[in-house]
Amino acid sequence: MTAAGSDLVTLVFGIFGVLIVASAVGHILERRLATNGPNAAVENLNARIRAWWAMVILIGLAFIAGRVGVLVLFAFCSFAALREFVTLIYTRRADHWALASAFFLVLPIQYYLLWAEEYGIFSIFIPVYAFLLMPIISVLRGDTERFLLRVAEVQWALMICVFCVSHVPALLTLDIPDYEGRNVLLIAFLVIVVQLSDVLQYVWGKLFGRTKIAPKLSPSKTVEGFVGGVASATLIGAALWWITPFTPLQAGIMSFIITLMGFLGGLVMSAIKRDRGVKDWGHLIEGHGGLIDRLDSVVFSAPIFFHIVRYWWSLS
Amino acid sequence: MKALVAKVAAAAFVLFARAITAVRAIWPEEGLPAKPCVYFANHSSHGDFVLVWAVLPPRLRHRTRPVAGAEYWLKSPTNAFIGRDVFNAVLIEREREKRTEDPIALMVSAIDAGSSLILFPEGTRNQTEERLLPFKSGIFHLVDQRPEVDLVPVWINNLNRVMPKGEIVPIPLICTVTFGNALRVAPGEGKEAFLERMRAALLALAPKPAGSGE
Repeated sequence: MTAAGSDLVTLVFGIFGVLIVASAVGHILERRLATNGPNAAVENLNARIRAWWAMVILIGLAFIAGRVGVLVLFAFCSFAALREFVTLIYTRRADHWALASAFFLVLPIQYYLLWAEEYGIFSIFIPVYAFLLMPIISVLRGDTERFLLRVAEVQWALMICVFCVSHVPALLTLDIPDYEGRNVLLIAFLVIVVQLSDVLQYVWGKLFGRTKIAPKLSPSKTVEGFVGGVASATLIGAALWWITPFTPLQAGIMSFIITLMGFLGGLVMSAIKRDRGVKDWGHLIEGHGGLIDRLDSVVFSAPIFFHIVRYWWSLS
Repeated sequence: MKALVAKVAAAAFVLFARAITAVRAIWPEEGLPAKPCVYFANHSSHGDFVLVWAVLPPRLRHRTRPVAGAEYWLKSPTNAFIGRDVFNAVLIEREREKRTEDPIALMVSAIDAGSSLILFPEGTRNQTEERLLPFKSGIFHLVDQRPEVDLVPVWINNLNRVMPKGEIVPIPLICTVTFGNALRVAPGEGKEAFLERMRAALLALAPKPAGSGE
């Protein structure tokens, strides 16, 4: 077995261990609190843990399937996220072909470019070509009603759901000396640290949360949860240095940056939900809400993580 | 052979509808009636009954037949195959002059045979800015003959944005199908009062106006 393979196996067993402990805790909480009738918070916790099992197994299978598996998984994530996003934006009949192109042209091309490892065009395809193409398609129908708002929202949807999300599998294209064939572990590192930070912020917040950090945006987020979550996720990230090309200190700094971006991304996406008057982006993942609810922090951290690694570590 | 193809086609339609719309059903507190009933829904797209059909539990789905306009569903052999064989639609002639069979009699006999119906009382696809058009009187004549039948209001949300009239490529958007509690015609209830009550019950299931998403 390759070094990447054996590291991945160690990692997967570690995650399964964490999930087994989480499931056990959830089960005990449910039984202990069941005497007072069903508890919504615990039911939601257990639904979340069950969904985590499914997500970990799905990502694990994609990793086993290799590069194409990872690309297909994230292309699907982009598709489902874009579907949730466009559901909430203002569109008119005149946007029909622009929206159809976003789903059936821009999204597949972005992932094709990753598959073909055409980094140059991959990195500008949505910010330049889609950016100019979408309003052109919309304008041809001659409907000027709230035009700027409509084209801006479609572009935002593409940037968040396709461009940013595609930077997770883009980590596979980096050419890092002495790290050949192990790039999939960079994805694991990014996803684990960012998601763990979300989970730990939730746990710290539930246990010690007193002071709301952004009451207008996200009433459940607290200062205690934020500090505890980011600090502990940063430490765990540093401890995972052995799956990365980084030293322990570098891994810690990277973890700090991506958890911070993840937290701020969560705030931005919350603001959009408030604006549209919804609590969740959708219902795709039981207990978590929509896919974007789970992906928001990854969306904001992935491009930054990608570019830092590309600038300082990659040859390509 | 034809039946097998129809079965596969039905499964493909449901799968496609789910892939595009990630459709989610919201059920009433009382649950759905166990006996044959009439689901009446708002109508804005040819895909409306597919969505209702897709979210119904399989045991109810198999005996549920959409009521659809014959002139559209018999237009071509493909349409006829989809309408008749795949969805087993009760096809009615909408224009009075062309009628050879009484639409109400067709619906009544389908219910008597143990089927549930999916009915669009607006009579045609709603292309206006209005949320819901006035109801045609067919549903009243139906319950006039079978007053014991449960009437379930069903609000289909967002499908008009997925595929507006005249477009051929669907936009993937999340749709919801909301079922209300079953209603019945009240003894001695007049036509206008009944139709208005049904329409109000259906509108009550509609989410807040566009922009708020769901």
